[in-house]
Amino acid sequence: MTTTEIASFILLLTGAVFFFAGTVGLLRFPDVYTRLHALAKADNLGLGFIMLGLLLQAPSPATALKLVLIWLLALAASATVGFLIARRARQNGIVPWQSGDRR
Amino acid sequence: MNTLLPILAVFLLGNLLVALLRVARGPTPADRLLAALLFGTTGVAILLLLAFATASAALLDAALVFALLAAISGAAFAQRAWREEQAEAAHDDD
Repeated sequence: MTTTEIASFILLLTGAVFFFAGTVGLLRFPDVYTRLHALAKADNLGLGFIMLGLLLQAPSPATALKLVLIWLLALAASATVGFLIARRARQNGIVPWQSGDRR
Repeated sequence: MNTLLPILAVFLLGNLLVALLRVARGPTPADRLLAALLFGTTGVAILLLLAFATASAALLDAALVFALLAAISGAAFAQRAWREEQAEAAHDDD
């Protein structure tokens, strides 16, 4: 196991951990805004780590650049979609959850 | 190393399925729109892992298109899905 393999192994595992955190956050959070919060951030970070892990194994620089491009596109995608969903929820009168509200 | 990639892909798939439970159960339509976000990140991650597991570059392009489609469908759903909701002006309580 060369050092790059160990490094990509660790990066891939941290990516998986962040994906798991995003899913747990999605299931546990009480409100659509907090779920959006968990989902957009944790999953994108997980995707970033998985992309870094795969970057080390990329056979050619072209593939590596394509990986970075995919990550940036995914970031832009989830940023816009997350914003649109939150605004739409806000327009439709979904009140953000306060600490005192019921679950 | 190449045994880790399919295992991670299957783990992410399990992640996706569990998260879809919340999307299916979500009280408000906004929760159902989260599916677009989910596929935008988890779907792309699965495709990337499989691309490197099977060493096929075509899957990278599939992941690229997938990320773009997730963005477009999410935006379209968010803009269009709630036209009738506003008509009823129902107050969504969680």
